[in-house]
Amino acid sequence: MEDLDKFGLEVRDWLETNCPASQRQPMGPEDQYWGGRRGTFPSEDAKIWFERMRDKGWTVPEWPTKYGGGGLSPQQAKVLKSEMKRIHARTPLYGLGIWMLGPAVLEYGTDEQKQQHIHAIINAQTRWAQGYSEPGAGSDLASLQCKAEDMGDHFLVNGTKIWTTAGDKCDWIFCLVRTDPNVKKQEGISFLLIDMDDAGVTTSPIALISGESEFCQTFFDNVKVPKENLLGELNKGWSVAKALLVHERKLMAEIGSDSPRHILQPNVAAREYLEFENGKIMDARLRDDLVEYDMLMQAVALTHFRTFEEKSNGVRSAAPMVMKYVGTEAEKTKSELLLAIMGSRGIGWEGDGFTPQEIDTARLWATSKVMTIAGGSSEIQLNLIAQKVLELPQR
Amino acid sequence: MALVLNEEQRSLQDTAKDFLSKQASIASLRKLRDEHDPIGYDPDIWKQMTEMGWASVILPEAYGGLEFGFLGLGVVLEESGRTLTASPLFASAVVGASAVLLGGSEQQKQALLPEIASGDLTLALALEESHHHKPKHIQTTAKMQSNNFVLNGSKVFVLDGHSADKLIVVARSNGAASDSAGLTLLLVDRNSKGISCHRTIMADSRNAANIIFENVIVPSRDILGAVDEGWSVLEPVLDRGRVAIAAEMMGCALEAFERTVVYLKDREQFGVKIGSFQALQHRAAHMQSELELCRSVLMQALSTVDDAPEQLPLLASLAKARLNTLVKLVTNEAVQMHGGIGVTDDLEIGFFLKRARVAMQVFGDTGFHKDRYAALCGY
Ligand SMILES: Cc1cc2nc3c(=O)[nH]c(=O)nc-3n(C[C@H](O)[C@H](O)[C@H](O)COP(=O)(O)OP(=O)(O)OC[C@H]3O[C@@H](n4cnc5c(N)ncnc54)[C@H](O)[C@@H]3O)c2cc1C
Repeated sequence: MEDLDKFGLEVRDWLETNCPASQRQPMGPEDQYWGGRRGTFPSEDAKIWFERMRDKGWTVPEWPTKYGGGGLSPQQAKVLKSEMKRIHARTPLYGLGIWMLGPAVLEYGTDEQKQQHIHAIINAQTRWAQGYSEPGAGSDLASLQCKAEDMGDHFLVNGTKIWTTAGDKCDWIFCLVRTDPNVKKQEGISFLLIDMDDAGVTTSPIALISGESEFCQTFFDNVKVPKENLLGELNKGWSVAKALLVHERKLMAEIGSDSPRHILQPNVAAREYLEFENGKIMDARLRDDLVEYDMLMQAVALTHFRTFEEKSNGVRSAAPMVMKYVGTEAEKTKSELLLAIMGSRGIGWEGDGFTPQEIDTARLWATSKVMTIAGGSSEIQLNLIAQKVLELPQR
Repeated sequence: MALVLNEEQRSLQDTAKDFLSKQASIASLRKLRDEHDPIGYDPDIWKQMTEMGWASVILPEAYGGLEFGFLGLGVVLEESGRTLTASPLFASAVVGASAVLLGGSEQQKQALLPEIASGDLTLALALEESHHHKPKHIQTTAKMQSNNFVLNGSKVFVLDGHSADKLIVVARSNGAASDSAGLTLLLVDRNSKGISCHRTIMADSRNAANIIFENVIVPSRDILGAVDEGWSVLEPVLDRGRVAIAAEMMGCALEAFERTVVYLKDREQFGVKIGSFQALQHRAAHMQSELELCRSVLMQALSTVDDAPEQLPLLASLAKARLNTLVKLVTNEAVQMHGGIGVTDDLEIGFFLKRARVAMQVFGDTGFHKDRYAALCGY
């Protein structure tokens, strides 16, 4: 315990000297650094901050020092995280490499794979994409068809992946591919690492209702992938993917930990867009919706705290299992509420007839619809709660 | 602030679960109901509850209490919500004791708290005057006459009003009908001259009464807190009561839910367990999510009583509103998912449904607390 306190003081000192003031400000998506061959730093300070953290190994605090990680114990990593949070230090490097692929390579990779990929992730040389979903395989992911045929010295990959987040900006993609079509669907899947610069890999952006087109469809047309790019055993990719799910959940929790800039809260919007009388919102219906939402959000926040406390006390509960469903549905509620509060000022799409914040609100409303679909839809979450928590019989 | 139970609280929970399920199950409540029991609870059971210290969980050691705090009280109340146990625990050991604790003089505390703890004395709060919770809207009057107060007025929905030894009467000593200033809390024997008490039979088979005060003489020393300043005691007392009843409602909701899940795994239709129907699965999973949210809210509200009383008004309203909504959802779904048997008196699910509706009205319905929460948030 004393050692941990000492460590905390050292960390605090180090952050004080090394974290540039600009990197302690609330941030928007444009302030994030994702690395990769096509990655650019949003600012000179962001570069300095990233380099200093990288040299400490603190972009990946718990990874082994052998590969350039920080080598911290989970307790120390927690201290670092809370010290960073205390001064609102930004996350210096974002990416699926850190959150998902790295941990999988550390767990399942060969020594060569670790040498090749871990360094590259830590140094932000590669940005990774996730290639799971396909046009015909969404919720029922295990039915995926993109195939990798064994050609002796390489795999030949043919097929397509969809919803590849930032596919056009990534360098490598980790894919679930079918390596055996003749067995139970989960048992014929392998986990393959593919260089997106390889011949035959192309991406095409998908425009969403929010106006973003960050997501791509990725096509594989006779792509030759070296045998050594198989992660884990042949036909055991489904277990690797399942292990990764744990990291994916952690990621969801962490993304929210940076302090976001100017995201409009409904109770703030109410002051600007609604009429008050004697300190009360006059529209009783909207006031009721607002209080319902504020109560819900306080309950959600408290449940986040509770899961955290339970984890540190070794207590198990069903709370973590409901958070994806509850949290994403709440986000949708929030966006709908903002639109209702802002009336026709909440549905402006572009141009100078609206403030940038008003346009953001409308766009975020459209984006909020994604949350209850991607990463396991609300219906799938409810299935999981019914199966895993309540242990209800299956058909 | 704690959002998980400690060792002490868990062991209290185990004891409570064990005792209540064996000694004070829903069958006991059914019996009290069917026999038209004049007191409405079993004094022997209450005696045993106090011997285990349950009436002194929140009391300071200085007054013979256990000083386990509200989280400790919460586990006992939650377990009693599972078994729907009728007892003076809420009205006397939580609401009454809190009023003495927060408003009483040192002398009153010395005299009353040990007696409340031992169960020898029971209290009831005579507050409501209409069929909706309006704690500031008090028309019962307390007028000074020489060294006494003279009480006149009538109260409704006084929980345990017909069985309690003493009443804490919220009366107007000053001001207009809905001012928070000008209220005084008076402590009177229920058998005092001028008090007429009419027991009301409620849907949940628990106790309440309508009480009329006609020129009841109360010595001026028998007040809790200062004259005209009763609100500063009443509000935190009500908030403690709201959090406490929320804990009971959690138990009620959990038990109704768990029984329903068991039924889903047992009942067969169309050749399969009904729990395999996705329409029911999703509704059950949704309830599980709501239960998890309410669990966090409840734990926070309970610890707020002891650790951050300045935040109590917000947390108490959050807890009461959310638990009201939860218990309504869960008890309705519990009946529906049991099908025809769900609406029979034989099945105990109906007892949960009825208790839920009464508890929802205690110290403010959902609308009351949403309105209060909004006002506290400044809109
Ligand atoms: C913006 C965005 C980004 C994404 N990013 C990525 C990414 O980076 N990498 C990646 O691999 N994937 C990504 N995804 C894919 C995402 O995981 C899938 O969209 C999701 O799993 C749902 O699959 P689907 O779209 O095919 O819908 P479907 O599975 O076809 O679902 C259609 C509807 O049916 C319901 N449904 C399906 N099965 C059941 C069932 N058993 N019970 C009840 N209802 C059911 C669903 O809930 C939904 O309402 C992304 C998706 C989006 C929209």
